[in-house]
Amino acid sequence: MSISARADVMSFAQFLVWLHDSAFASAVRDSDFLFPSIECVHVLAITLVVGSIAIVDLRLVGLASLERSVAAVTADVLPFTWAAFGFAVLTGAALFASHAVGYAANFEFRMKMLLLVVAGINMLTFHLIVQRDRPRWLEAHMTPRPGRLAGLISLLLWVAIVAFGRWIGFEHVR
Amino acid sequence: MNPSVQAFSDWLSATPLSMQIQTVSWIIPTVQTIHILSIALVMSSAAMVDLRVLGVLWRGEPLVAVTRRFLPWIWWTLLVLLLSGATLIIGEPERSLANPAFILKMSLLAAVLIVTVVFQKGIAGDHLFWERSAKRRVNGRLLAGLSLVLWVGIVFAGRWIAYVDLGAG
Repeated sequence: MSISARADVMSFAQFLVWLHDSAFASAVRDSDFLFPSIECVHVLAITLVVGSIAIVDLRLVGLASLERSVAAVTADVLPFTWAAFGFAVLTGAALFASHAVGYAANFEFRMKMLLLVVAGINMLTFHLIVQRDRPRWLEAHMTPRPGRLAGLISLLLWVAIVAFGRWIGFEHVR
Repeated sequence: MNPSVQAFSDWLSATPLSMQIQTVSWIIPTVQTIHILSIALVMSSAAMVDLRVLGVLWRGEPLVAVTRRFLPWIWWTLLVLLLSGATLIIGEPERSLANPAFILKMSLLAAVLIVTVVFQKGIAGDHLFWERSAKRRVNGRLLAGLSLVLWVGIVFAGRWIAYVDLGAG
């Protein structure tokens, strides 16, 4: 048991080195053009993810879009959010690969990933709650209490995710 | 660099406020974070309006309901962008003022503001202004498409500010 666990840790470290040394990662790392270009798309995708989630969260908290129901707002916005999130993950993976070993050890990067997981859990929990009590979410000017809490938590998490993401750029990751 | 821009930059970076921003290491990343969060709100609000005009999102709602909801966010958040952007310029005038990426970003911003005002003027007088005729519909869609392209350009140019090498030139 402990031997296989150790083998897994080793293989993850080896995976990072392999990723870092891959032809793709080297190309991104060594080019003056590729890294910033991929980063541009990454930042664009993040602005759309965070902004569109903020639209949903502000509705949940009860600060905006009150004339529409929570269900109506999420139905229009979330597909857009997921599409942007797809681009953010792909470009983020490419940027990560270019300095895989360095980013994996970077505190800000680890915090960003951790908070992304927490934001995902928050969202899943919220969806499960909504599905149990669907009619209440179909009315305009209505924000049931669990929605307010989930929206507030989500807003705070995404502010922190953007902040940690920006701070990664101030560390000299090699 | 243009000598007068250089002189202004030198003066600005010697002011006590600029020195303060330069010395306290957390100020620039914090203000940049506020700047990015504000861009997220502006980008997404503009995208919601533009995609409604293009018939992609919010199809079950009148256009005017969507613009009433999102256009005010664009204008109020631009104020935050102006303040956070000005703080970044005061802290690092050399990094931005003579930077071609920064100049491009400001030009694209001016263009998108004109596009947004033209669009908003139309709908302010008549809720169905952009839907009254086939020609208006096409023009409205062109404005929406242009707005999307310009906002994307602003984000890209903004990120490139960090990479344009001002070195000796």
